[in-house]
Amino acid sequence: MAQIEIDRDYIATLKPPVIKRGVVGWMKDNLFNSVFNSLLTIATILLLIKVVPPFFQWAFIDSNWFSGSDVCRDSEGACWSVITKNIRFIIFGFYPYELHWRPFSAMMILFALLFLSNDSKYWSKSLGYGWLAGLVVMGILMKGGILGLESVDTMKWGGLPLTLLLSVFGLTAAYPLGVVLALGRDSRMPGIKYLCITYIELIRGVPLISLLFMSSIIFPLFLPEGLTINKILRAQAAIIFFTAAYIAEVVRGGLQGMPRGQYDAADSLGLNTFQTMRLVILPQALKIVIPPTLSVLVSAFKDTSLVVIIALFDLLKTSQTVLSNPKWMGFSPEMYIFVALLYFLGCFSMSNFSRKLERQLDTDKRT
Amino acid sequence: MTNTTTNAKVPFWLNPDKRAIIFQIMTFVMVGLLALYLVDNTLTNLEEQNISSGFGFMDKEASFEIGESPIPYSAADSYSRALLVGFLNTLKVSFLGIILCLIIGVFVGVARLSTNWLVAKLALIYIEVMQNIPILLQLFFWYALFYEIFPSPQTALNPMDGVFLCNRGMALGVPASHPVHKYMILAVIAGMILSVIISRWARKRQNATGEIFPVLWTSVGITLGLPFITWLMAGAPTEMNLPSLQGFNFRGGIMLSPEFIALLLGLTIYTSAFVAEAVRAGIQSVSRGQIEAAESIGLRSAHILRMVTLPQALRIIIPPLTSQMLNLTKNSSLAIAIGFPDFVSVANTTINQTGQSIEGVALIMGCYLIFSLTTSVFMNWYNKKSQLVER
Repeated sequence: MAQIEIDRDYIATLKPPVIKRGVVGWMKDNLFNSVFNSLLTIATILLLIKVVPPFFQWAFIDSNWFSGSDVCRDSEGACWSVITKNIRFIIFGFYPYELHWRPFSAMMILFALLFLSNDSKYWSKSLGYGWLAGLVVMGILMKGGILGLESVDTMKWGGLPLTLLLSVFGLTAAYPLGVVLALGRDSRMPGIKYLCITYIELIRGVPLISLLFMSSIIFPLFLPEGLTINKILRAQAAIIFFTAAYIAEVVRGGLQGMPRGQYDAADSLGLNTFQTMRLVILPQALKIVIPPTLSVLVSAFKDTSLVVIIALFDLLKTSQTVLSNPKWMGFSPEMYIFVALLYFLGCFSMSNFSRKLERQLDTDKRT
Repeated sequence: MTNTTTNAKVPFWLNPDKRAIIFQIMTFVMVGLLALYLVDNTLTNLEEQNISSGFGFMDKEASFEIGESPIPYSAADSYSRALLVGFLNTLKVSFLGIILCLIIGVFVGVARLSTNWLVAKLALIYIEVMQNIPILLQLFFWYALFYEIFPSPQTALNPMDGVFLCNRGMALGVPASHPVHKYMILAVIAGMILSVIISRWARKRQNATGEIFPVLWTSVGITLGLPFITWLMAGAPTEMNLPSLQGFNFRGGIMLSPEFIALLLGLTIYTSAFVAEAVRAGIQSVSRGQIEAAESIGLRSAHILRMVTLPQALRIIIPPLTSQMLNLTKNSSLAIAIGFPDFVSVANTTINQTGQSIEGVALIMGCYLIFSLTTSVFMNWYNKKSQLVER
């Protein structure tokens, strides 16, 4: 019998045919795997060629970054100087110029806390206390009046710190309220249950703007004579009441996901209702709903932009104020692209984080 | 030996039933007192500011103009008429927005799952970017595009025949009005009714004899064919009512205001990103095994889509989709920021003129509650209908 000599070492050094590897293989698999897909690819590329290079030219090559507005008007490209020349007003609004370091450091504290919370291995009680302390320090930095800091009227707060404050404090205060509402909705007591259902459905059924109107025009009527609450706090309250209803629904989803056996087990240990909730049900239910809670935070962050309509100077309003200056009139696309970028970075990183968490917390699927 | 548990008197605060009743009564008393306090304050304040309460102002003359209105309206009409105009404007923009965002959303959602890498990534970018930018900012952007970037009517952009873009809005050419249009609409309705009858008959026949009748194609043919025949019978009028520049503005055709287009565009694009995500999730939720099973019993791919994939995917897709439709309607309230006269905007003007802030805000809330209650009634009905029937 003839022996066929196979040089296995040689075969191992051979590479697969060029059509199966590298750029060409990838393109064949992902861009030209059928006639229809090939046509689609070509059409898309043609469209991109038509759109992307002119945009690139406008945004980067012909653009002005630090010139005055008169140079911008003669230029074909984007005028990014509308942002660079006004950056401090856009970010801090009417906050006293020489005190800008205070909102700046408040934001830095917030970012540092967010950065630490980003990794679930740092999650601990001390981080929770860190958040509480951080929020207090941020409040003191913004308001001043103690520790030798000059007091700053809240009417002067504005820009990015205001946007961040409204959303962070909004969520922090709305969260406990939302949990209470969710527990109330699941309660066996019909009176409590329907009270909570009415609240949740009422709030979820109306747009945020109607609540903001309520806070800015009706709320002052509710208060006894002589007592006034400032505008930012009223808007903050509206955002809290609005967000709480959405949190309640998210938490309710988590509560409903708890198996009956958990309640039975807690009962058999002799825990009362309060202990059952605090020690057994809520820790598990709240863990499940962390990702959807984050998406509530994302919408709350986006929704804070609505305070523009009741004339609070948040990030969007400060940028519009710059645009209403005759010197910078007409550069809205540049400005709005910049603000959109800020919002996008915030929302995108949060939703990415929530997706990452979802994978991490998904401990049930371990095999 | 006596049974201690039955004989011992349980104090009422340890009896869960009694405790629950007491707790509820306490809650209601507290809520009631709070409400009473607020109402009392409000009444005192209103009295001091000399504002009468009640909806009596609705019949008074509104005396403000509204930029665009689907029904005849003038400043001499009453507030209730003005609010009706606002309500109709909200309905108009929401209805168009819902249709457009469904079309774009389904398209992008399917593109997201495309095997074509480039198309899938572009769809992903679209979804991520549009979802993560506040809708209000998007509205401002589109509005600024019209009033700042687009030229005046004299030098209007003309991207297509019969379409002009300028800082006064978008002028569109439409077919010149002709009596046949009315009959064409009737023909479409007749075609739909006929299609329903045919599909009932076909199902009955299939149940009885097993013969299949091509219902889908016949229905499409009838619904489109009947109006086409009507149009041919009327002599096939092709005359168009094209916008043309006269003086400082366009005459003829349809003129859409920048506010309306910006609102429609913003709402559609923002919501379509969420619709696309819902569609993608729904399609992905149908397990591969279902499709393989359908293939193995010899169904054609069109049948697999219609009888296996879609019914299961739709059960997942419809609930988030309805809530997105509702969100679009609620977000249309942001029209006030760019000056489109929707319900909230008209109500706000009313509040500013009459000082009837409580009634005004109550009207706004009531209006949107009607929308959301209708939607949730529909959702409950649908959920009940589409629940899995397990054997």
